[in-house]
Amino acid sequence: MTSASFFDISGLAYLLAMVVYIFYLALRKNTLGIIATTVTIFGFVSQSIAFIMRWADSYYLWTGSSPESQFLTSLLRSAPLRNLYESLVFFVWCLILIHLIIEFRYKIRTLGAFITPVAALTLAFIDLSGTSKEIQPLIPALQSNWLLFHVLFSFLGYSAFGVSFGAGVAHLVMLTETKDEKPYIFWSIVVGVFLIILVAMGIDYLSIAGASTEELIKNHFLKSTFRSSSDGVAAVSYIAGIIAIYLIWRYGLGLKKILCSFSISADMLDEITYKSIAIGFPLFSLGGLIFGAIWANQAWGKYWGWDPKETWSLITWLVYALYLHARFMAGWRGKKVAILAVVGFVTVIFTYLGVNLLLSGLHSYGSG
Amino acid sequence: MKDKKESEDIKPENASPQSSSASEAVSEDKKKTTIIDAIWNFLASVKLAIWTIAAIALTSIIGTIIQQDTEPANNIKFLAKLFGDGAAPTVYNIFLKLGFMNMYQSWWFVSLLILLCINLTVCSIDRFPKTWKLVKLPLRPMQDNALRALPIKKEMTVKSSLSVVKDEISNSMSSLRYKAFTSSGDNHLQLYSEKGRYTRLGFYVVHVSLLLIFIGAIVGARFGFRGFLNLPEGAFSDVAFIGEGKKIPLDFIVKCNWYNTEYYVESDTPQKFQSELVIIDGGREVMKKVIEVNSPLTYKGITFYQSSYGMLPNSAGEFVLKVAGRGSEGKISRLRFGDTFEIPGTNTKGTIIDFSPALGRDPQTGKLFTYADTMINPAVAVQFNENGKDTLKGWILKRYPQTGNMPDGSKIEFLDYWGVEYTGLQVSRDPGVGLIYLASIIMAAGLYMTFFMSHKKVWVKISEEKGAVRIIAGGSASKNKLSLERDLDKILAKASHSIEGRSKK
Repeated sequence: MTSASFFDISGLAYLLAMVVYIFYLALRKNTLGIIATTVTIFGFVSQSIAFIMRWADSYYLWTGSSPESQFLTSLLRSAPLRNLYESLVFFVWCLILIHLIIEFRYKIRTLGAFITPVAALTLAFIDLSGTSKEIQPLIPALQSNWLLFHVLFSFLGYSAFGVSFGAGVAHLVMLTETKDEKPYIFWSIVVGVFLIILVAMGIDYLSIAGASTEELIKNHFLKSTFRSSSDGVAAVSYIAGIIAIYLIWRYGLGLKKILCSFSISADMLDEITYKSIAIGFPLFSLGGLIFGAIWANQAWGKYWGWDPKETWSLITWLVYALYLHARFMAGWRGKKVAILAVVGFVTVIFTYLGVNLLLSGLHSYGSG
Repeated sequence: MKDKKESEDIKPENASPQSSSASEAVSEDKKKTTIIDAIWNFLASVKLAIWTIAAIALTSIIGTIIQQDTEPANNIKFLAKLFGDGAAPTVYNIFLKLGFMNMYQSWWFVSLLILLCINLTVCSIDRFPKTWKLVKLPLRPMQDNALRALPIKKEMTVKSSLSVVKDEISNSMSSLRYKAFTSSGDNHLQLYSEKGRYTRLGFYVVHVSLLLIFIGAIVGARFGFRGFLNLPEGAFSDVAFIGEGKKIPLDFIVKCNWYNTEYYVESDTPQKFQSELVIIDGGREVMKKVIEVNSPLTYKGITFYQSSYGMLPNSAGEFVLKVAGRGSEGKISRLRFGDTFEIPGTNTKGTIIDFSPALGRDPQTGKLFTYADTMINPAVAVQFNENGKDTLKGWILKRYPQTGNMPDGSKIEFLDYWGVEYTGLQVSRDPGVGLIYLASIIMAAGLYMTFFMSHKKVWVKISEEKGAVRIIAGGSASKNKLSLERDLDKILAKASHSIEGRSKK
């Protein structure tokens, strides 16, 4: 079997796990929970095998062109973390890892119902968009021992933040009572924008056949809808977007009923949000900022250069620092901190994808 | 979340009379607040921290959208898209005045950073004595009802004597590295201990590391420099440049022997950008290194980074060929355009008649053409001549050595077209880097203390009841309550195991 088939198996496993987790949440049957966990572990193992096989393939590719390179160096240089495809896959792997850790350590199984959909959707997106899966050679800027550690810790952090985002949104949904309060409007817009961008990217994909994800996002991002050269199409897209947000706002309270029927408490969601940030923040500080700075100093001769990617990771770090201070020192609770957690992950997404796609800078290889 | 850090610090289970009198003293102070106190309290406040952090985060966005330190035209073009062609120059001028074109060095952004630093320092100075007092406060034995109210509790009854149980519990506690204190009553006693009390200082450690980073940045800005130097192959320099024509003396000479881009096999993806640099100090060659993107050269605190490369305009270089007759070792010859070389052991001569920096073949017509003006796929055309008669003419490619294999078994390798490229070096000295690295280590330690270590307290009450000994163990932890529960289980299991063992003897 090839790395790709193990990868497909893991995608299917996460999809199945998602369904079982949701049933577990609804029916509260312990057996279902155990099945869901088992399927997730199965998917995780399968994805790990796929990851290792891909690593091995690219190891042979590297030693093929640099036969003089030592074993450890070759191993580090061939880590499959070189482009958008590989990093998205790795993000899913980290997300599931963090989820499994939280599940076993804190005995919280309900979280699976929120995390496996993210994992399954990301993998589906990768597969559907036909992202280039070919192993690409490593460009000189990335040939450093720091690559693995910088990316590993950053993504473990991102994944933990992803968990806090899911829990934070769910928390906001549970805490808001009326349609005219600001937190309610906030979450309905955030959820709306997320869905609209996903749909718009889907339309991009359908209308421009054969382009790789990199090209699609870089050159055609929302060009079939909001950024269309035809003013009519753009106008219709905006109207459709506004209607979609309006509908989410109008019927969003229904979501609260669904969540309440799953017997999740607001306190639990708050705790999950906090705990994942408490895991993500130190990991991201170490991997994203500290390792990043050391590497930048070795490669570019400056540990900090206010490059857009650096600046956005600082912004992310500041937002989560704000969350921690607001929660512990200023005593913020409930909606206010949940909003901060959601804003934090929006900055994470921007740091990870937005900077590479929309802004220029030294980190440009992250997009290709 | 139950482990609200602040409340735990303010109201510990073992609140002593001293700490309540301390809080009275604070409230008395408040009555006599002077302006200085008011300023101090403002600078120490969490509110200021929250606003400053939010302001830095928000304003930082501007500099990621507007290109920093660039030609005005770039940003005017960008602003024209947002505000229209007419308004763009006006908006540009307003933004320029606000410092947006170089905003991370602007007075207001630097002021925000300094404000955060002051806030960090004042807040830490303000709070540290209180926290230190709490950390230093000895743990006290716990009242019965408080012990019962603890969130984590284990109970057990054994047939043994008070003193035996005390010994064994104390042993098993110390084996888990809980150093036990004892308080004795009539027919009961209590063993209590805590672990990781210093974890509460973790966030101070993080704050200190942030201050060190600021200091490191200031040291770097004040005593360091960041320049560049473009060195043609074979050239040397004793200065570097900062900005337009401003020179920085190096105190030694740096020379570039050669520059080379290496490509992956059968692909135009670069694998390595490398230059061989030589340092000449006091007339002697003291250092020689091939630098690459992630592998710079440092001499006397000044570091040279491989940063760019390019072709020199209108330059004629040397063709470096390795010519080998059939079965003989190759000899290196350096030739100019139009020069002729001999293949040893034959009557064949070769003349360099053409050069292409990037030779490609059109897949449809099969015609050769030059597809780039940088040295992506350098090739040299050689006209061969045997006994005065022109024979073969062919291209020899640097990246494809087999193109130099001759029908008669001799070999010509095209090693380099030397002297036509320059290496672009980033030259910098930053004496603050050491502080930054130190701060990084301190920050990692502080983060670990704050987020992954837990302050655990354990109380074990042992009482004799009707010939049996009753053990109640309870505890509290600032984080990771499960691990505390495991600790309690281990303490009891180990102790009961040894007690059983003793009673059998």
